[in-house]
Amino acid sequence: MNTPLRRLSSVVMVMFLGLMLGATWVQFAQAPALNNDQRNVRTLYREYGNFRGPIVVGGQAIASSVPVDDSFGYQRVYANGPLYAPVTGFYSVVYGREGIERYFNTELNGSADSLFYERLQDLVTGRQTRGASVELTIDPVLQQVAWDALGDQRGAVVALDPTTGAILAMVSKPSYDPNALASHDFAATREAWAALTTDPSQPMANRAIAGNTYPPGSTFKLVTAAAALENGLTADTPVAAPQTLTLPQTSTVLHNFGGSACSPTGAMTLADALRVSCNTAFAQIGVDLGADELRAQAEAFGFDTPLNVPMRVAESHFPEDPDAPQTALSAIGQYEVRVTPLQMAMVAATIGNGGVQMTPYLVQTVRSQDLTVVETAEPVERGRAVSASTAAQLRDMMVSVVENGTGRAARIPGIAVAGKTGTAQTSDDVPPHAWFTAFAPAEAPRIAVAVVVEHGGSMGSEATGGAVAAPIARAVIQAALGGGQ
Amino acid sequence: MATVAPLPVRPGRALELGLLVLALALGVGAYALVGLATTDALPADILGYGAGLVALSVGMHLVLRWRAPYADPVILPVVVALNGIGLAMIYRIDSAYEARDRFAGFAERQLTWTAIAMVLAAVVLVVLRDHRTLRRYTYTAMVTGLALLMLPLAPVIGRTINGARIWIHVGPASFQPAELAKIVLAVFFAGYLVTNRDTLALAGPKVLGLQLPRLRDLGPILLAWGVSLALLIFQRDLGTSLLFFGLFVGMLYLATERISWVVIGVGLFVGGAAVAARALPHVASRFNVWLHALEPEVFDANPGSGQLVRGLFGMASGGLFGTGWGQGRPDLVPYAESDFIVASLGEELGLTGLLAILVLYVVLTQRGLRTAIGVRDGFGKLFAGGMAFVVAFQCFVVVGGVTRIIPLTGLTMPFLAYGGSSLLANWIIVALLLRISDSARRPAPAPGRAPDDDTGSAPDVAPAGAAAGPVLPVGDDQETEVLRLGGRE
Repeated sequence: MNTPLRRLSSVVMVMFLGLMLGATWVQFAQAPALNNDQRNVRTLYREYGNFRGPIVVGGQAIASSVPVDDSFGYQRVYANGPLYAPVTGFYSVVYGREGIERYFNTELNGSADSLFYERLQDLVTGRQTRGASVELTIDPVLQQVAWDALGDQRGAVVALDPTTGAILAMVSKPSYDPNALASHDFAATREAWAALTTDPSQPMANRAIAGNTYPPGSTFKLVTAAAALENGLTADTPVAAPQTLTLPQTSTVLHNFGGSACSPTGAMTLADALRVSCNTAFAQIGVDLGADELRAQAEAFGFDTPLNVPMRVAESHFPEDPDAPQTALSAIGQYEVRVTPLQMAMVAATIGNGGVQMTPYLVQTVRSQDLTVVETAEPVERGRAVSASTAAQLRDMMVSVVENGTGRAARIPGIAVAGKTGTAQTSDDVPPHAWFTAFAPAEAPRIAVAVVVEHGGSMGSEATGGAVAAPIARAVIQAALGGGQ
Repeated sequence: MATVAPLPVRPGRALELGLLVLALALGVGAYALVGLATTDALPADILGYGAGLVALSVGMHLVLRWRAPYADPVILPVVVALNGIGLAMIYRIDSAYEARDRFAGFAERQLTWTAIAMVLAAVVLVVLRDHRTLRRYTYTAMVTGLALLMLPLAPVIGRTINGARIWIHVGPASFQPAELAKIVLAVFFAGYLVTNRDTLALAGPKVLGLQLPRLRDLGPILLAWGVSLALLIFQRDLGTSLLFFGLFVGMLYLATERISWVVIGVGLFVGGAAVAARALPHVASRFNVWLHALEPEVFDANPGSGQLVRGLFGMASGGLFGTGWGQGRPDLVPYAESDFIVASLGEELGLTGLLAILVLYVVLTQRGLRTAIGVRDGFGKLFAGGMAFVVAFQCFVVVGGVTRIIPLTGLTMPFLAYGGSSLLANWIIVALLLRISDSARRPAPAPGRAPDDDTGSAPDVAPAGAAAGPVLPVGDDQETEVLRLGGRE
């Protein structure tokens, strides 16, 4: 019986060798694939268990990881969550990431390629790998002022540095508290998520860059005026400004705001047409220029072009192939023209910057845990939208809008503010969106702002861009430049 | 060891004590590391725990010195090491469950069961002075074994847990009778086969170069097959069915030396399982889960591959060197403390640790088989060989299931996994192997029988096959049997 026993012991050896091969297959050969399987929650726990770098604004962390005594090890905490939610986004175990948390995830969790050297150091010294800190371009004072000035109204405020493209403020209202989504209490997180996603006011939409895009209304006249100036007109060129304009090939009659006449003579200079925001004049200019010229100018300002700041910005849009009446309406920012507040801030900033557009960006510096600068943003030109002389003429025209036109609510003593109002109709039965976009000081701008207040905000159907949006822009500019009351 | 001269037979108790110290250091050290990793402090009961484990192990050692001084010195330390690693892992999983407010308290009960099992093993060693006594109960064992297998089907006490009806509940206590049945049935198989091996080995027709047995001798294997299929159908338990039939076929081969029995057995089982897979949804789903584990619809199904794949995730996250005691997330795998303790160990100890554990099982089962080779009587050979094989086979079925080499079954890893029945049964197996190894290594009492002297010392000094084979002719078995039977009257 010893022969079969010896054979049996060989069989047992083979069985165990098989098991060893099986274990090796799972833990070595297949391990990378299994570890990257999206159903593998361990990967999630491991990531959430690491120290995640803070998001910093003005030297203060607005998102930080604090150690907690639960299965994750760290809790993401947002200081002043709703104020910065459009920027930080959220970091949720259940719902993933959004905002900077999403787009700078690898830097924040320490796995970015740019942090390779740091990880190597950690490996050698046995130091625990920690995520890098991400410092934003946001100015906390401007952010707070914009937030306060917008009050309880729905809308958005974006402020840029026209010379660099750095985003100085990005406010969207209503907002939400990312802390509610970062909670490790999954039931509470799901509840909060359900409440936020079903809220008709869409608090999680970042209206500044990626909410529903808005019709720009009269602020788009800046683009139309730019196209006109680029095509041979000057600020002083007289243009037709009738009381009403029957749109070509139709019986539709276009009125000016409030049905008033722009000019007693039925004609005025281009600069005056912009100052009083004359619809009939710009509709006619648009028809004369043609849709292609308008679209080319819009695209030069960044319409219909992808942009990431690093969050994806919804593309502002000029209609594909409008006929003449549609072109007339497009020229005054109606019909199917749609913009983001950031796009309108970029239009103002570009004009302020002498016609050269700077690429907007939100992240200034990435620092590793030992405070070494790993990445730093350099201003990048996005291209020339208009010539320097066009930019200068537009600037002067915009200054007179604020000095003695529709934008007087944005006047700041001692500071030349260049701006443009907009009151965008959406449909007959709802109040219009109130717009204002501006830059200041006009000669050497340090800030460009765009404000949109949905459906007239607190003023409802009585609202105009000048009445509702301009004071908000004024507050932000004043905070930025420190001007007098 | 090969350098030790075959002179005096060395009982090996000192070696055993030395190895026990290592095994205890491993087990208690692991327990301490778990405490340090999960709570930054030594477990509060580390002294009591360590003292208890040391007392139990040293107690076993002393019982061996007293009752089985020539027993194999490696078996006990290996089992103590495995038991200790299992306890530490269950304690670690407990702390993970506690942290998540889930039901915990497995470690305490496992420790109680370990104590009971070790005491019972000691009792077996003390009471059972000669393993051949068991042969008297061959047919009693058959009846008992079948009764134990069928017990979970009984009304009132039988319970269905997770689809398998393999549990009995009496009052607050629950038990898996199949664990004990494997010992009792090994007694029956050994007793029956040693008597009938000549008949079963008789040659029948030769087909394709394979010497088949006579058709009229197929009765026993068909009966065993029938019982295992009945287990599969009525208890819905692929694991027990496979284990029981594997034990029978293995021992049949040992008794008859005929490969044809193995071929017939494997053929019958595969055929039966294939039919069962078509006819029985619960078997079919096991196969489906095995073959298509990573596919999303199978992963999400219920019953699906969720548990299996989560176990694979755990092992994969352990990688080569593991997360370390207390650093992983074994609690993410369902039944991490019992059916999937191998995945938990793979996660925290890594491939390295898991391979080391498998090597411990290799040592244990090879020592068991070597005992079978060394012992002189046919019953002892079959019995020891069968028990060593059943432990190895159970490891194969469990680890193979967890690593997706074979379909997953509901068996538990001997000594490691949480479960009183399993601990009890496997410690009794250890006691029996130790008992048989004592008689295998004990120098023959009659001074005149020189060849037996050599045989007695051989397993301790040289590879088993080299010395034990030639001097133990088959006839020796028969002679022992006759003497044994004579003594009974």
